Amino acid sequence: MATELSTAAALRRMPLSAAPTSWASDTMQARIRKRYRQERIFKGLGVLALAIAGGFLLFLLVTVIASGWNSFRQTQVLVPVTFDAALLGVTAEQARADPRLLSRANFQGVMASSAERAFGDDAELVSDGAWLALREKVEADPGVIGRTVPMWLIATSNMDQLAKGRIDLEAAEGDRPVNDAEVFAWRTLEGEGKLRTVLNRTFLGSADSVDPELAGIWGALKGSFLTVIVTLLISFPVGVLTAIYLEEFAAKNRWTDIVEVSINNLAAVPSIIFGLLGLAVFLNVLNMPRSAPVVGGLTLALMTLPVIVIASRASIKAVPPSIRDAALGIGASPVQVVFHHVLPLALPGMLTGTILGMARALGETAPLLMIGMRAFLTSVPQGLAQPATVLPVQIFIWSDNVSRGFVEKTSGAIIVLLAFLLTINSLAIYLRNKFEVRW
Amino acid sequence: MNEMTLSANPNSANLADVTVTPERPKMTARDVRVSYGEAEALKGVSIDVTTDSVTAFIGPSGCGKSTFLRCLNRMNDTIPGARVKGEILLDGHDINAPDMDVVQLRARVGMVFQKPNPFPKSIYENVAYGPRIHGLASRKADMDGVVEQSLRRAGLWDEVKDRLADSGTALSGGQQQRLCIARAIAVNPEVILMDEPASALDPIATAKIEELIDDLRGRYAIVIVTHNMQQAARVSQKTAFFHLGTMVEYGDTREIFTNPKEARTKDYITGRYG
Amino acid sequence: MTLGLAFIAVLALAALGFWLGRQRGMAFADASGREAQGRIGAVHSRPGYHGAFVAIMALVPALLVLAAWAVLVDGLVSREVLASLPPDAVGTGDLERNAFLSEVRGLVRGDYAAAFNVHAEAAAATWKSASARYGLLFGSAALALGLMGGLWGWTRLQPDFRARTRVERSMMVLLVAASLVAILTTFGIVASLLFESYRFFQMVSPSEFLFGTTWSPQTAIRADQVGSSGAFGAVPLFWGTIFIGAILAMIVAIPLGLMTAIYLTQYADPRFRRVAKPVLEVLAGVPTVVYGFFAALTVAPAVRDFGIAIGISDASSESALAAGLVMGVMIIPFVSSMADDALTAVPSSMRDGSLAMGATPSETIRRVMIPAALPGIVGGVLLAVSRAIGETMIVVMAAGLAANLTANPFNSVTTVTAQIVALLTGDQEFDSAKTLSAFALGLVLFLVTLALNIYALAVVKKYREAYD
Repeated sequence: MATELSTAAALRRMPLSAAPTSWASDTMQARIRKRYRQERIFKGLGVLALAIAGGFLLFLLVTVIASGWNSFRQTQVLVPVTFDAALLGVTAEQARADPRLLSRANFQGVMASSAERAFGDDAELVSDGAWLALREKVEADPGVIGRTVPMWLIATSNMDQLAKGRIDLEAAEGDRPVNDAEVFAWRTLEGEGKLRTVLNRTFLGSADSVDPELAGIWGALKGSFLTVIVTLLISFPVGVLTAIYLEEFAAKNRWTDIVEVSINNLAAVPSIIFGLLGLAVFLNVLNMPRSAPVVGGLTLALMTLPVIVIASRASIKAVPPSIRDAALGIGASPVQVVFHHVLPLALPGMLTGTILGMARALGETAPLLMIGMRAFLTSVPQGLAQPATVLPVQIFIWSDNVSRGFVEKTSGAIIVLLAFLLTINSLAIYLRNKFEVRW
Repeated sequence: MNEMTLSANPNSANLADVTVTPERPKMTARDVRVSYGEAEALKGVSIDVTTDSVTAFIGPSGCGKSTFLRCLNRMNDTIPGARVKGEILLDGHDINAPDMDVVQLRARVGMVFQKPNPFPKSIYENVAYGPRIHGLASRKADMDGVVEQSLRRAGLWDEVKDRLADSGTALSGGQQQRLCIARAIAVNPEVILMDEPASALDPIATAKIEELIDDLRGRYAIVIVTHNMQQAARVSQKTAFFHLGTMVEYGDTREIFTNPKEARTKDYITGRYG
Repeated sequence: MTLGLAFIAVLALAALGFWLGRQRGMAFADASGREAQGRIGAVHSRPGYHGAFVAIMALVPALLVLAAWAVLVDGLVSREVLASLPPDAVGTGDLERNAFLSEVRGLVRGDYAAAFNVHAEAAAATWKSASARYGLLFGSAALALGLMGGLWGWTRLQPDFRARTRVERSMMVLLVAASLVAILTTFGIVASLLFESYRFFQMVSPSEFLFGTTWSPQTAIRADQVGSSGAFGAVPLFWGTIFIGAILAMIVAIPLGLMTAIYLTQYADPRFRRVAKPVLEVLAGVPTVVYGFFAALTVAPAVRDFGIAIGISDASSESALAAGLVMGVMIIPFVSSMADDALTAVPSSMRDGSLAMGATPSETIRRVMIPAALPGIVGGVLLAVSRAIGETMIVVMAAGLAANLTANPFNSVTTVTAQIVALLTGDQEFDSAKTLSAFALGLVLFLVTLALNIYALAVVKKYREAYD
C-alpha cells in the first residue's frame, strides 16, 4: 500500500463488507436465540453455585441442630431413695456433728439399692453419677438419713435416648442399646409420670465424663475462655504495636522487608505448624506445662498475630495523611501524632481484625492437639497452668465416640461453639460495616 | 457521498418496511429524560442524528451530554438506579421497546469510550471479538479479512500488521483508541457513538483520530461528545450544545460557532464559562 | 512470693513512680508558670511525661529480673532438687531425670495425689522450699532494682529535662520489640522444624523419606528391623494430601467459588450482595472441626453407600472423596472472595467496552472479565490450595490413617497433616524416628505452603498493580 495514499482513498479501495449485517435473517435470529439461551444457562449456574454453597450451610446447621438440640434437655427418673444409715455408714447425728464424714459415705450403694428396689436389677435406669445428687441432699439436710425421699435422678444415656425417641424399638433386642426390661420400665414410668425432661444443667455445667449423660461442656468452655484470654492479652498489644511500627516509623529497608515478609507468610502458614512450634519450643525447650491454657494461648497468639497486624495496618493506612500533617503542624511529636490521633481513628478497624482473629482462635483445634490439650478431663480447669481442654477439641474427642448419647452431646457442643462464633463474627462484620469510614 | 453509504437496512427484523433516505434521520430522540435515583441528569432532550454528517455534543462537564450519548445504545442499563424516559428511535423503532433486543441494538450502535479500553487480548483478538460473538465471520480467512479491513479503516493496519499477536494493551494511547474504533467498526455498525474519544490523547494522536472520524463520515452515523470546541468545529457538521441537563441549541456546526442564537451558547463558545 | 504477685508489686511500684514524677512535673510547671507566664518551652515536657519517665525507669530493671526469674527458676530449682537426692535415687540418663522431674512438678502442682517414685514426695517438698526461696530472692531483687531505678529517674527530673524524648524513645524500643515477635516466630518455626528434622534424617535417609512408597511408622519401635526403623516413605502421604486438597477439594471449590463470585459481582442486585457476602463470610468462619464432624458423621457414610451403589465394592467409610468434598465446601468462601476481589479489580471500562459491542453479560464475563482477572483468580486458587493442604481437622476426622497410594476416590488415603496429628498425640518419645518424622512432615508442609504462598501473593500483587 502506497504510503502517500490518504486513508480515505485506501478505504474506498477496501470496502468493509458488501451489505449491512442482516440481523433479520433466520441464521442470525437463531444465533441470537442461542446466545440468549447460553446467557440464561450461565446465570443459572451462578444461582446454582450460590444455592449449593448456601444450601450446604443450611444443611449443616439443620443437621447439627436437629441432632444436637436434645442435648440441652435431660431425662430424669423419680426414684424413692431410702437413706439407710447402715448402708450409708453415717448416721444423721454423726453427719451433723462432722459433715466431713459424708465424703466417705456410701452414696453409690444407697442409690444402687434404691434403684434396684424400684426397678429390679434387669433394667439400668439411673445414671452411675446420680449419687452426687444424694450427697447434696444429705449435705443440705442430714435429717433425711434414715428416711425414704422421692428424688428426681439423672437417667442413663440409654433411657435418655429412649425418652427422646432416638432409639429404634423395631430392632431386635440384641441390636439396640436397651434391653426389653428397660423398654418395659420406660413405658411403665412414662405412664405413671415418673419420667420428666428438664433443662440439662449437667451438660451446661460440668466437665467431660465417660458417661454421656454426665458429660458437660463447661470445662471445655472455660478452657476456651482462659486460652482466648491469654491469646488476646498477647496478640492484641503486640499486633497493634507491630502495625504502628511498620506503618508509621519503620524505614524502608531490608529489615522492614524481612518483618513484612514474615508477617505475610505467617498469615498463611497452616495452623498445625504453629502447634509443632508450640510443642518444640514451649513444651520441650521452655518446659512449660502440657495441656495448659497458657501454652495454648501463647501458641494461638502467634497464630493470630499476623491477622491482627494485617488488619491494623490496613486500618492505619486508611487514616488520611492530612490528619497527621495537621497534628505535626501544631507541634506534636511523631509519637504523639500516632497515639493521640492516628490510633484512635484506626482503633475500630483494629478491633474488628482482633475480633475476627479471636474467633479464629476460638475455633482452632489442630495446634492445640499438638500441645496436648486433648486430655480427658473430668474437672473444670481452675488456672492458666492447669490441664484444660477447649471446646473444639472437646468436640473432636467426643466425635470419636459413636454411642448415640455422645453424638448428641457432640452436636450440642457444636451448637454452643457455633453460637459463640457466629455472634462474634457477626459483631465483627457489623462493626466493620458501621465504622467503614470513607475519608 | 460514495456508494458505500450505509442507509437502508432492508433485512432488519424490526424495520423491514422502512426505507431510509439520507434526509431521514438515522436516530431520533424525543423528550429524553434520565434520572439517577432522585437526581435528574437529563431534562428532556430531542435531537435527530443523520448518517451523512458527524454530530457533536458540546457543553461543560456534568451537562448531561455523555449521559445522553449512553442512552443511544442503552449503556445506561448497566448503571444501577438509572431510569430513562422519553422516546429514542433507531430507523423508526423505539430502542427501549420490550421487543428491541439490546444485543442487536448495541451491535448496530457501536461505542468508543473516553479512555481507550482494549481488552487484555492480542490486537487480532480485540478486533475479532465482536464478529466472533455475533457470528459475522465463520471461516478463519473471513475473520482475517474483517480484522484487516477494520484495522485499515481505523488507520492502524500499517502500524500493527506485523504484530497482530501482541497484546492490545501494549499499544500507545492513540493506537489503543484507534484499535477500539477498529473493534467497533468490525461488527459493521450503523451508528458509532464516541464519548470524548481524544480527551486522554496527545495532540498528534488526537489529530489522527479526528482525521479518522472525517474518513468514517458517510459510512456511519457518528455522534461525538467533546469538551473541546475546536475539535467539534473541525470534525462535525452538526453541533448540539448541552447545559445543565438540557439541550440549549442544535444546528449546523458553522452556524453554532459563528452565529449562535442562544446567549448561553455564545457565552460558552467564547469561553465565558466551561 | 509467686511470679504473679511480684508482677503486681512491680506494677504498683511503677504506678507510684508515675504519680510522684507527675507531681514533680506539675510543680515545675507551676513554678515556671509564675516566672514565665506559661511560656511554651520553659518546662520541656508535660508532667505526664515526667511521671512516665520515672515509671519506665522503675519498670524496666524490675521486669528484666522477673523475666530472668521466669526463665531460670525451673532449671535452678531442678538442679537443687536433683542435688538433694541420694546419688542412686534416679537414673543418670536425661530421660529418667526428666521423667522424675515432671512427676515432681506434677506433685507440686497437685496434679497427682500420690507419687510413683519413692523419692518424689521428698523431692516435691525440696522443690517447694527451693522455689519459695528463689521466689523471695528474685522478687526482692526485682523490687529493689525497680526502686533504685525509679529513684534515679526521679532525681533526674528538672524543668528542662527532656522527659518526653526519653519516654518516646522507650516507646520506639517497645515498637521494635513488638515487630521482632513476628520474626522470632518465623525463626522459631524454621529452627524447630529444621532441628527435629535433622535428628530424624540422621535415622532415616532423606531420599527414603521423600521417594519411598511405604509408610508405616508404627513398626518403628521393633528393634530387629533393618536400621531399627519402620518404613518412612512419605510418597503415599504426599499423594493423599494432593489428592484430597489440590484435586478433589478444588474440583468442588473452584467452579462453585468462581460462579458464586461471578453471580455476586456481575448479576446480583446490590442489596442481595450486601446480604450474601456476610453469609459467605460466616460460612468461612465455621470451625474446621465442625466440618470434620459433619464429614465423618453425615457425608462419609453417604459417599460409601453411593460408592457401593455404583458398584465399587471396596468403598471405604473413610474415603478421600468425603474429605475432599467437605474440604471443597469449606474452601468455597475463600475462593469466592479471592475471585470477587479479582473481578472487581477489572476496570469497568473493560466490561462496558464489551457490552457496548453487543456482547451478552455472560459473553462479556467469559471472554473479557475472566481472562482479564485470570492472574488474580489463579493467585487466589493457589492460596486456596495452600490452605487445603494445610487443613488438618477434616482429614483427621474423615480421611483416616491408611497410607494408600490410590487414585480411587472411594478408597481411604491419608495426608501429611493427619499423620502429624496421629504421630504426635499419645505417647511421645523425643528420640524415636516415629515422633521425629512428624517434624520432617511438618517441614515439608511448611516449605510447600510457603512456596505456594509467596508465589501466589506475588501473582496477586502484580495483578492488583496492573489495574491500579
